Amino acid sequence: MSKSITFTIDGVEVTAQAGQTILQAADAAGIYIPRLCAKTDLSPFGACRVCTVLADGRPQAACTQPVSEGMVVESEIPKVQQIRRDIIEMLFVEGNHYCMFCEKSGNCELQALAYRFGITAPKYPYLFPQRELDASHPDIFIDRNRCILCGRCVRASKELDGKNVFQFVGRGSDKKVAVNAEAGLSDTDAEVIDKAMDACPVGAIIKKRTGYRVPIGQRKYDNKPIGSDIQTQ
Amino acid sequence: MGKPKVATASLAGCFGCHMSLLDIDDRILKLVELIDFDKSPIDDIKSFSGPVDIGLIEGGCSNEENVHVLQEFRKHCKILISIGDCATMGGIPAMRNNIPLKECLDEAYINGPSVHNPGGRTPNDPDIPLLLNKVFPVHEVVKIDYHLPGCPPPADALWETLVALLTDKPLTLPYELLKYD
Repeated sequence: MSKSITFTIDGVEVTAQAGQTILQAADAAGIYIPRLCAKTDLSPFGACRVCTVLADGRPQAACTQPVSEGMVVESEIPKVQQIRRDIIEMLFVEGNHYCMFCEKSGNCELQALAYRFGITAPKYPYLFPQRELDASHPDIFIDRNRCILCGRCVRASKELDGKNVFQFVGRGSDKKVAVNAEAGLSDTDAEVIDKAMDACPVGAIIKKRTGYRVPIGQRKYDNKPIGSDIQTQ
Repeated sequence: MGKPKVATASLAGCFGCHMSLLDIDDRILKLVELIDFDKSPIDDIKSFSGPVDIGLIEGGCSNEENVHVLQEFRKHCKILISIGDCATMGGIPAMRNNIPLKECLDEAYINGPSVHNPGGRTPNDPDIPLLLNKVFPVHEVVKIDYHLPGCPPPADALWETLVALLTDKPLTLPYELLKYD
């Protein structure tokens, strides 16, 4: 039986188990902290920093920072919300996010976060980077224009599928998701039923012949902001 | 004092945002009671009659004429609003930003599968506005006061925004009205 820990999030007392991250404890307590790279059944990664909180006054990724007794976490305060907003805006300008024709639009977590934060246009200049597309697989395609390097596909393939189809290559602005083959995705053991193909928060990994099936108005984030399922207080 | 004036323009856009403005249905009758249109494709007035209260810009900047029109709008409008994804992020026209301009022109006028152009020339008349090397969102060219994304922005969002500005009330758009598609 693990030790029980008490700490606060924005003044609300939360009880958690030792070893839990701030994000896990907040979810269990019905407090939503925005996140992109964190996914319930995947190991914490700390890539996107959208879940940044102030833990005892220091900016920390809630998805990787473990809770400790008496910790004071600040989440829904202007300073933290500004950090998150800036990160989301940066994700939009550093990729090529054409929501108007994207198959993922309405079900996209990046887009839904921008809606939740009420972002109408990013304040940073668009970079319009050169990115590659891989449509070699008969059932799946990768559009790196939309990739935000969250690493969910990398982790899901390794941890849930036991396959290692995806991996990061390159550094800094050249970093990208590569596939475990000389040529394209069709040369890997990737299958459309893999958990990794459902892990992408944006439209970078798309199952072919499934786009636009759900009409506008009935998609996941059309009427309710992201986090509504977690937030109870 | 006369009614507030509104000017609109479509730069590198498809006029879909203007269509969305017309999509406010019978509220357009209320709108013409509230405002006068100045330079706008809606009334086909080609040049500004003087200072204007609200300017609506659809589309991004793809050529030098777009930039010129946009700068005219900034000069004449007290409040300038970019409407639609093309104005706020470049939109579909910005897809050419990853392809060198010469390749785009060659594909359109020389190499395209349905092109018949025995002379092999691309149009280069001085009357045709020069294309910019890239398509720019309008806020990267002039200062924009408000943005209203969407492809197009919902008619209700345009209506609520205009009414809020004209009646000097704060605007709180419902969640459903802020969309990027």
